[in-house]
Amino acid sequence: MTEQKPAPEELKKEIKLETTPEKETIKEIDEKPKPDPRRRLFKSDRMTIVAPAPHNRGNKSVPRIMYTVIAALLPAIIISIMLFGTKAMITILVAVFAAMVAEYACNKIMKTGLTIDDGSAILTGILLAMTLPPSFPIARTALGAVVAIVFGKMVFGGLGANIFNPALLGRAFLQASFPVKITTWTLPAFAGVDSVTGATPLGQYFSDGTVTSLKSLLIGNVGGCIGETSAIALLIGGIFLIIIKHADWRIPLSYIGTVFVFSGILWLINPEAFPNPLFMMFSGGLILGAFFMATDMVTSPVTPMGTWIYGIGMGVVLVVIRIWGGLPEGVMYSILFMNGLVPLLNRWTRPKYFGEIQIEKKK
Amino acid sequence: MKLSTFKKGLHPEDYKYFSHDKAIEILPLPDDVYIPLQQHIGVTCEPVVQKGDRVKTGQVIANTSAYVSAPVHSSITGVVKDIDKYYHPLGMRATMIHIKREGEEEWELLEKTADWKWTPKEKLLDTIRNAGIVGLGGATFPTHVKLNPPEDKSIDSFILNGVECEPYLTSDDRMMVEQTDKILLGMAIMMHILEVKKGYIGIENNKPEAIAQMQKRVVEIGYPFTVVPLKVKYPQGAEKMLIYSVLKRKVPFSKLPMDVGVVVNNVATAYAVAEAIIESKPLVQRVITVTGDGVNEPKNLMARLGTPFKNLFEACGGVKDNVHRIFMGGPMMGMTQYHLESPVVKGSSGIVAVTGELVEELSTFPCIRCGACVHTCPMNLMPMRLSKFSQARAIDKLDEFGIMNCIECGSCAFVCPANIPLVQWIKVGKVRLREEAAKKAKEKA
Repeated sequence: MTEQKPAPEELKKEIKLETTPEKETIKEIDEKPKPDPRRRLFKSDRMTIVAPAPHNRGNKSVPRIMYTVIAALLPAIIISIMLFGTKAMITILVAVFAAMVAEYACNKIMKTGLTIDDGSAILTGILLAMTLPPSFPIARTALGAVVAIVFGKMVFGGLGANIFNPALLGRAFLQASFPVKITTWTLPAFAGVDSVTGATPLGQYFSDGTVTSLKSLLIGNVGGCIGETSAIALLIGGIFLIIIKHADWRIPLSYIGTVFVFSGILWLINPEAFPNPLFMMFSGGLILGAFFMATDMVTSPVTPMGTWIYGIGMGVVLVVIRIWGGLPEGVMYSILFMNGLVPLLNRWTRPKYFGEIQIEKKK
Repeated sequence: MKLSTFKKGLHPEDYKYFSHDKAIEILPLPDDVYIPLQQHIGVTCEPVVQKGDRVKTGQVIANTSAYVSAPVHSSITGVVKDIDKYYHPLGMRATMIHIKREGEEEWELLEKTADWKWTPKEKLLDTIRNAGIVGLGGATFPTHVKLNPPEDKSIDSFILNGVECEPYLTSDDRMMVEQTDKILLGMAIMMHILEVKKGYIGIENNKPEAIAQMQKRVVEIGYPFTVVPLKVKYPQGAEKMLIYSVLKRKVPFSKLPMDVGVVVNNVATAYAVAEAIIESKPLVQRVITVTGDGVNEPKNLMARLGTPFKNLFEACGGVKDNVHRIFMGGPMMGMTQYHLESPVVKGSSGIVAVTGELVEELSTFPCIRCGACVHTCPMNLMPMRLSKFSQARAIDKLDEFGIMNCIECGSCAFVCPANIPLVQWIKVGKVRLREEAAKKAKEKA
């Protein structure tokens, strides 16, 4: 085997199939164009591609993954528009538009090729909007989207290079800048009179101890961010993503499972002082975070072992923040915290390669 | 019934429907053959004929006294025209013997073997070597070396590799259906040489006809072999994967199958062994699949070694106008051809011409760390990291992450949604690691 040192682009040189045999003299050609055997195979001057194997490819591609995730978010988007009306729709559209404009501007400034068509900016915009309360001012939504794209993604070098989930980074920025506006919740239209401000189930629980019924949590007619209220709609999209393998099943399982087990243990110890685990599972942004944000491919580990540690770590951080922290909600910080550990997890949890165990045993 | 298989891997669309029901046809003798001196792993042969010599079919035209090597035979009767560099299917120019066909075909057979059951082992191994038999699955490791493990290795199982996990290829499939008895006989001979009692035949489940036929003949003749149907998965035909699928044994890193007591051979090799021992015929021909959506009439052809690929395509009605790539072997590991004058060699199991409809050129995206390659790599490596280290020339990291375990099956590059040439970078990384090791050895010396 010859092994060259090619840059992959250079490998795909098109080489023309020669149509005249090597040692043919000029004289012969002058006399009569000799019928070449390859002429019958290739009528025209065919070009074929000479490239290293593999010569076939799977059907996944980066844009396809991004657009599939967007499609999986559609049920939740539709439900949120039904619940919160046009305000929710406008917030989503503004966030998407601002994210795309920011990415376009970055592309121009950084002189990279246009990357707005790969769908990741749209996805970031949607996810950011879904973590905002419906009454959040439009200009600040746009600002959040720009921060998410510019400081969450493009400063690291664009898609694939970022450490933190861009949408959550944008939200963290908004939470730090506008702490009051971002915790002013509108109750859904059919939960009561339109545009009445109220608390989220978690906020309610930690202020006066009211536990919202499971049914309300599942359907979503409770206060909260645009995309986080309806657990069922999110589950439909999330399970779809897992079935088609665009999301790693280990992440939601270990994340939500840890929250359930950890808070369940606390609840068993003292049911009076701690919330019940089902309430913990379905309230707040846990479902949205676990299925759509923690599973963001760029910011989650690639190894199975790393993925388990990542999920369990998020679960523990979340419960600690919710119960002992000063904030009622901790999904965002739990994911961002574990995002920061992902490069280390990828390094520490190299899978044992095939046949490695046996060497160690023999030694 | 749950079919056994190995962990991870993938399932590409197999495209075997082009040629899986086409009976093997014998290709008319070509006018010219180009026979490379090296068609195997090991020492290159030296030509033993000269320009102008008359050679018979089956006559040795190049040989060497080295142990890990195999002689090369003339595949037609004719005159040696030239010994020069010609296009080789592996993408370089290599020294080949050009023979022009002349006169009636005459055979020069090997020394006759009497009843193989009572012939000493050494004699049988000699015959196999003289017949020039190498692993015909594509690795082309000399078979007589494989069948003669060192004394301290105890071999207890023999696996016949009828997996053919590469998409498109059907030559082994057709062999198993049409030449069942000879294949089983070849397997029995090899097991006799190795003094092994347990024999397994691994066949993927997408070849029901071959499985049924093999099973039927094993029972009818009364061989003590087990036919193991396997779940369809790529790269099951890789030796290490096949051993795990059939026997659940893991071959340790940098060890050979014989270290876990197994010898694996391909069905085409078994056929060649039977031909050599029973009919005293050296290896001068092999079955090659000519297929792909770019070929007008896909076929399985019994072709003489050294036949230029263009003859094969002509026998198959030529290629379509919009052919995009032509490669020898399967699409996962095959070598693209840039010249149709390249000849059939011992390791060619198929030649595939595809149009752009099945192979689309996609643009490359940055790695989004989706982990698809990590979840697919049958050797449990992390291809996305290895390719990055290779690009960055992080030599010590390459070693730490086990780059030398890579079997270059191409699964990672197949699944990559960002279309990154992962396996290609890993190959580059291997070269870089070897270069670095050589440099260090030099400095020490």
